[in-house]
Amino acid sequence: MSEPIIQIEKVHKRFGKVHALRGVTTSVRHGEVLVLIGPSGSGKSTLLRCINGLEHIDSGQVVVDNIPVTQSAANINAVRAEVGIVFQQFNLFPHLTALQNITLAQQVIRKRSAEESQRIARQLLEKVGIPEKADAYPAQLSGGQQQRVAIARALAMNPKIMLFDEPTSALDPEMIQEVLETMMLLAKEGMTMVVVSHEMGFARAAANRIAFMDSGTIIEDTTPEQLFANPREERTRQFLSKILH
Amino acid sequence: MPELNVETTARLPKRSTAGRAIPVAGLENMPWWVIILILAGLAATFVIFTSADYTSIITLLSSGISLTLYVTFFAYFFALIFGLIAGLMRVSRNPVLFTLATLYVEVIRGIPLLVQILYFFYVIAPFLADRVPEPFDGWFRSEVNEGIIALAIGYGAYLAEVYRAGIEAIPRGQMEAARSLGMSYVQAMRYVILPQAIRIILPPLGNDFVSMLKDSALTSAISVKELTLWTRQRSANTFRPLEHWTIAALLYLVMTLGLSLIVRYLERKFAIPK
Ligand SMILES: Nc1ncnc2c1ncn2[C@@H]1O[C@H](COP(=O)(O)OP(=O)(O)OP(=O)(O)O)[C@@H](O)[C@H]1O
Ligand SMILES: [Mg+2]
Repeated sequence: MSEPIIQIEKVHKRFGKVHALRGVTTSVRHGEVLVLIGPSGSGKSTLLRCINGLEHIDSGQVVVDNIPVTQSAANINAVRAEVGIVFQQFNLFPHLTALQNITLAQQVIRKRSAEESQRIARQLLEKVGIPEKADAYPAQLSGGQQQRVAIARALAMNPKIMLFDEPTSALDPEMIQEVLETMMLLAKEGMTMVVVSHEMGFARAAANRIAFMDSGTIIEDTTPEQLFANPREERTRQFLSKILH
Repeated sequence: MPELNVETTARLPKRSTAGRAIPVAGLENMPWWVIILILAGLAATFVIFTSADYTSIITLLSSGISLTLYVTFFAYFFALIFGLIAGLMRVSRNPVLFTLATLYVEVIRGIPLLVQILYFFYVIAPFLADRVPEPFDGWFRSEVNEGIIALAIGYGAYLAEVYRAGIEAIPRGQMEAARSLGMSYVQAMRYVILPQAIRIILPPLGNDFVSMLKDSALTSAISVKELTLWTRQRSANTFRPLEHWTIAALLYLVMTLGLSLIVRYLERKFAIPK
C-alpha cells in the first residue's frame, strides 16, 4: 500500500434542497479495501457515484489516479476507464448474452478484436464461477449469477479501482455468499475497492478500513476491528447495534 | 428489478398493439371477421374476373399498387430517420435541440396531414425548386417526391414521440452502466439504449407503417397517380365505380393485413429471449 489513488476533499453535493454530501474528505490508497456503511439517505451511493463522475460535485475536489474528476468529457472518460462499478440492480444489458455483455465495451472502448474480447470474457466468467452461462441472457440467470456477470463486465475493462454499491442487497439470501466470495477473491488479488455494503462478515474479512456515514458526512473512519469492538461515536454505536442485531 | 420492465413490455406479442393483429395461433382463436373478409374477397374477385372489363382493372391495379407501395416505403423510410433525429433531440438535455424538436412535433401534430401535403406542394416545394441550382431543382417539381417528403415530415413528428417514449422506457441504470464502462452518450445510445427501445416500439412503429400505407392515398390530392387516383380516373372513364372502388378497397385491406403479419413476425423475431 502506497500513495492514495482516490482523493476526496471537502466534497459537497446538493440535489435541489437535499444536501446529500456535506464536506466529505477521505482517501483510498492502492490495494486498499474501504467499506462504507450508514443509514439510508446518508449519501453513500452519492459519494460512490462522485468517484466515477456519475454525479457532478458542487464544490470540493475528487482526484482519481491523478486525474481530477470534472465535468470535462475527456477527464470523465479517462477516469471511467480506470474505475469499474457494480450496481445493486446489476444493470446488465438485457438484449445481450452474458458473453456479449462482457465483450461490448471491450470492443467499443478498448478496441479489442472479437476473438480477444471473447477470450477475455470467457476467462472472466471462469473466474466468477459461471463459465457455462456465456450464452445465457440476463433474464435466464439468477440474481447471483447476474451480479457475477456484472462484476466480470466491469473487470473486462482492466480497472484499477472497483466500486460496489450494495452489490448483494437485491439478492436472495442463498445467493449473497457466491457474490461475496467473488469480491473476496478480488480483494485478495490486491484490487482497490470501495464497497457500500452492510455485509459485516465481508467487512471483517476483507476491509482494511470501514467508514460510517451519516447525514452526508463521514462520522468515523477506522479499521473494522476497532469499529466493531469500540466505536468512538454514539451514532455509530446505535447504527451498529441495529445492523448487527 | 428495472430490467424486468423492459422485458415484460417487449415480450407481449399476444397483446400486440400493431394495427390489425391477426392471431396466428390455433384455429380455436380464429376470429370470424377474418373468415368473412376472405370470403367476401373471394366473391369480389370472382365478380371482377367474370366482368368484361377485367383487363382494365388489372392494369389499374398493377400501376396503382406499385406507386402506392413506392410512396409508402420511401415516405416511411424518411419518416423513420426524421423521427429518430427529432426523438433523440426530444430526450436531449440541450435546450436548443429540445426546443427545436418540440416545435416541430407540436406544429405538425396540430395540422391535418392533408393540409400539410397541400402546403408542401403549393408553398414549400415551389419555393425550394426556385432556389435550388439547376440540375437538382427538378427533384422538387415531381409530385411523387413532394408527396413522399410531405408524408415523411408529417409522420416524422409522430414517430419522434414513439422513439422518445421508447427511449424513456429504458431504465436509467442502463445509461449509467454504459457510461460507467467508458462509453460516450452517443455510443451508449447506439449500443445499449436504442437496441432495447426499438424492441419496445416495434408494435407502434408497425402500426404507423400500416397507417402510412392508408394515408398515402392523400397524395392523390397532389396528383400522385397511386392506387386511389388511378381508381378514381379509371372508374370515371369506364363508368364502372362498383368494380373499381371495390377492388381498390380490397387491395388496401390485403396490403394492410399483410403488413400487420410481417410486423408481428418481426416483433417475435426480435423479442428479448426469456
Ligand atoms: N438523483 C437524485 N435526485 C434527488 N435526490 C437524490 C438523488 N440521489 C440521491 N438523492 C438524495 O440524496 C440523499 C443521499 O442519497 P444516497 O442515495 O446517496 O443515500 P444512500 O446512503 O446511498 O442511501 P441508501 O442506503 O438508501 O442507498 C438522499 O436524501 C436522497 O434522497
Ligand atoms: Mg444507496
